[in-house]
Amino acid sequence: MKKKLLAFLIAFFSISSVSFSIEPDVFVQSTVNRASKLLGEDISKDEKIEKLKLIAKETVDIKGIGFYTLGAKRKSLNDNEKKRYALLFEEYFLKSFSSRLAEYTNPEIDVINKEKLNNNYTIVNSVLKSTKERPEINIDWRIYTKDPSKPLIRDLIIEGLSLARTQKEEFSSVLSTNDNNIDALFEVLKEFSNN
Amino acid sequence: MIKKILVILITTCTLIVNVYAGSDGELILKKNEPSEIKDCSETFNKASFALNQGLDKIIFKPVSSVYRVLPSPVKTGVSNSLNNLSNVVTIPNNILQGEFALAGVNTGRFLINTTIGVLGLIDVATYLGFNEYVKEDYGQSLASHGIGPGCYLVLPVLGPSTARDTIAGLTNFVGGDAWYNVTVKNDTHYFRDVDYYASKATAGVDFRAKNFDSIENLEKNSLDFYASVKSLYLQDRQQRILNNTKIIETQDDSDWEEIETQ
Repeated sequence: MKKKLLAFLIAFFSISSVSFSIEPDVFVQSTVNRASKLLGEDISKDEKIEKLKLIAKETVDIKGIGFYTLGAKRKSLNDNEKKRYALLFEEYFLKSFSSRLAEYTNPEIDVINKEKLNNNYTIVNSVLKSTKERPEINIDWRIYTKDPSKPLIRDLIIEGLSLARTQKEEFSSVLSTNDNNIDALFEVLKEFSNN
Repeated sequence: MIKKILVILITTCTLIVNVYAGSDGELILKKNEPSEIKDCSETFNKASFALNQGLDKIIFKPVSSVYRVLPSPVKTGVSNSLNNLSNVVTIPNNILQGEFALAGVNTGRFLINTTIGVLGLIDVATYLGFNEYVKEDYGQSLASHGIGPGCYLVLPVLGPSTARDTIAGLTNFVGGDAWYNVTVKNDTHYFRDVDYYASKATAGVDFRAKNFDSIENLEKNSLDFYASVKSLYLQDRQQRILNNTKIIETQDDSDWEEIETQ
């Protein structure tokens, strides 16, 4: 019996330790399907925002985007400042991201292609279908695939315009108008999240 | 105000005279990299931006909110007609950029849409299988020959631009825009000045209406709206100059790579 149990345990752990890779395009399609289903639900906007935040926490590399957004300034932060920034950025990002998306009702997005840049990144191309109010929109997703079993979104590129890059230049502007003082950026982030 | 713009243009001109005759894609990409374009006249630009925001609130936003609820065929017709009219600037620029075949295609498109398409209201050429229409201007032509953008500028009423594109835009008023020539510059008895200015104002309203929600959303969710608009404008401009929407070729990945090593 003991032997049997041991064999079972060895087999179980060897199976469970095998991680299955998820294709970036499948990951994007399933993520947009989840978000789209949620946006089509008959619930309040606030409830939608809270649920969207949960999806974002699972599927977006918020910490990675945060440090990319900070640009060269990240090199001069101490550990405490880095921790504080990561927390404030997450709050800012979730609020900004979810309130942007919550404006849409039942968006239809189809993944059409993918292009592997290297082992860490794949660009997934998709199309947001047109409605009466707006034309068809191309959306590309920069997917971080360092861990193939847990791909993460690092950027959304809408009609060729990168959101992460725009955000980075925005943060750089806030820093440069405040003598490159990180505390000023912390204040601006805090103010945004509290409003 | 005009004097101020002129001074800014002259001072920034010095930054854009580094012409490179054998312009290759990589060099053009580098020269038009948004983060490399300096905001030399930030105070003026911010004042101009504030003025444009004010004009948007009292004119463009209310007008475009009415325009966007018009029936789709009306909006499509207006948009098609404006696109068709822009061919008179696109075609000479196709030639200036050495795209002779494309100039031929766009000439065909213009003739078909102006006649069969009832003054451009219906995009018959696209139904006939013509390639997707891409606008070109004199700024893009200068850029394609290796001229750098110079400083970033925000023009009153007209919005974001660069020193190169502002100077190049003046070509429209000295014979480079056939529509301007037949409406404002020459008395043709067929058109009046107001036709030109009305077409430009309609193009502004059409753009605002198409991007109505995106602009509202961006303003609401930006930490620095001025910086966001600047970044988006320059990214878009870079793509138009390169005639490339393929993100891999217009994005600088070095910063992303650096995140890996942290």
